[in-house]
Amino acid sequence: MSASLVVLIILAAVVAWAVLGYNSLVSVRNQVQNAWRQIDVQLRRRHDLIPNLVEAVKGYMQFERETLTQVVEARAKAISAPDQASRMAAENQITGGLSRLLAVIENYPQLKSDQNVLKLQEELTTTENQIAFSRQAYNDSVMLLNTRIESFPTNLIANNFGFKQAEYFQGAPEDQVVPKVDLSMGGGAAQAPSTPRA
Amino acid sequence: MSAARADFWELERRNRRETAILVAVFVALFTLLGFGLDFRFGDLAIVNGTLTGFPALTLVALTFAIFQALLSYYGGASLVLASVQARELTPDTPQHQMVLDVVREMALAARMPVPKAYLMNDPSPNAFATGRNPNHSVVCVTQGLIDTMDREEVQGVLGHEMAHVRDYDIRTMMMIAVLVAGVAMLADFVYRSMWYTGTVGGGSSSRDDDSRSGNGGALIGILVLVLAVLAPFFAQLLAMAVSREREYLADAASVEFTRNPRALLRALERIAQTESPLRNASRGTAHMFIVNPLQGARDDDEGFFANLFSTHPPLGRRIERLRALLNETGGQTPAASSISRS
Repeated sequence: MSASLVVLIILAAVVAWAVLGYNSLVSVRNQVQNAWRQIDVQLRRRHDLIPNLVEAVKGYMQFERETLTQVVEARAKAISAPDQASRMAAENQITGGLSRLLAVIENYPQLKSDQNVLKLQEELTTTENQIAFSRQAYNDSVMLLNTRIESFPTNLIANNFGFKQAEYFQGAPEDQVVPKVDLSMGGGAAQAPSTPRA
Repeated sequence: MSAARADFWELERRNRRETAILVAVFVALFTLLGFGLDFRFGDLAIVNGTLTGFPALTLVALTFAIFQALLSYYGGASLVLASVQARELTPDTPQHQMVLDVVREMALAARMPVPKAYLMNDPSPNAFATGRNPNHSVVCVTQGLIDTMDREEVQGVLGHEMAHVRDYDIRTMMMIAVLVAGVAMLADFVYRSMWYTGTVGGGSSSRDDDSRSGNGGALIGILVLVLAVLAPFFAQLLAMAVSREREYLADAASVEFTRNPRALLRALERIAQTESPLRNASRGTAHMFIVNPLQGARDDDEGFFANLFSTHPPLGRRIERLRALLNETGGQTPAASSISRS
């Protein structure tokens, strides 16, 4: 009588624990998906901005043509990417190319006086930053999910219900640091804010 | 990462607690004032050791205090913004668009809802955040800040403000600002009304009064006077005590968001170079700003009294801390900084 009661209580506790563990895994997984959607919005916005950028600067930057076509090609690759890994690789290429282009714009006084280019530059800069910040958020939630899936005892639940580890969004090594492009065109006053570094 | 999260929950809890204590003290102080006034002007008296009469003014004061607290909570942000004459920031110029973009970026970095952005038309570079919670938050910058700072520096400043939003500092600071103004106003009113009715001047005549209630009334009258004088002082002291450590924490959080100690460091250095005080800031709102907006309040004095009576840590000290952080993470030989300290 009392023995069966004990067994019943233990059984109920195990079930309750499993339900709670399952729910917490679901909520972390949703967090990861949400964070990815945030990045996705920004990446798409960037895709939309690239043709405008190409249009706006193509008359000016003769020798940046290479970077420009590289970005356009990477964009095409990202849009038609068959899986997430190859898409991330292509997006990272865009990030690298764009940050180079944005740095180079600083050295063209003519470009800096073009209202359209300035507006685009600001839009691209904030999109880049928002991608970077949402990537931080995404990677943090991926780490949380993967830790839960791997660690005991939640791994028992994760394995039984087919929770899969999520992939980190790794940045390309070159986009960790904004490239310092100095063409020494004598940008003068336009560059004033960035000079007192070092 | 989880450690940082825990810290932030802890800060949020502390702020909720401090706001609750502040409101409780405020309501109690008001009620006590009303109680004192009841003795002086109402029909409350001590007859043969027992309290008699209806405490009408006490109830009025209590009601007023609760009303004031609710008004401060729900309307505090609007009151603060009105008192510094800020207007909503619109993307009317490329600069303003940039600030709006940076607000969005730092909200993403802090994982908070995007606050509303406001603008103060003042040439002195400064900024503050306010609101009752992250869902109803406001960041406000001066035109001077926008004019003197580049994108990176604005990021550093707004990162600092987003930290105040995330940690619920904005709620505590807003309640202090609005309630201190309320206490100061009332204290002023009581003080004046007592002079006009001759309570203070006629204190000596009540000594001849043989009834116990007269003596008690005079005593409480003096108590009211003391309270009226001390209330704003204590409120101010409280504001100072709670805001200095917050500034260091928000500086650190700003670096955590931007992953760039240089951003805020350069912003603070730029502010340190300017001398002009903010026109529309007052003693009631000074503690909300990223750097003290009042004239002559920005010296780098250290020491017990300087620390006790200033709402902000010395700017030099904050810059120093950020520089140390930059040396730790910025690739410059980490050993050098620890050696130079000894």
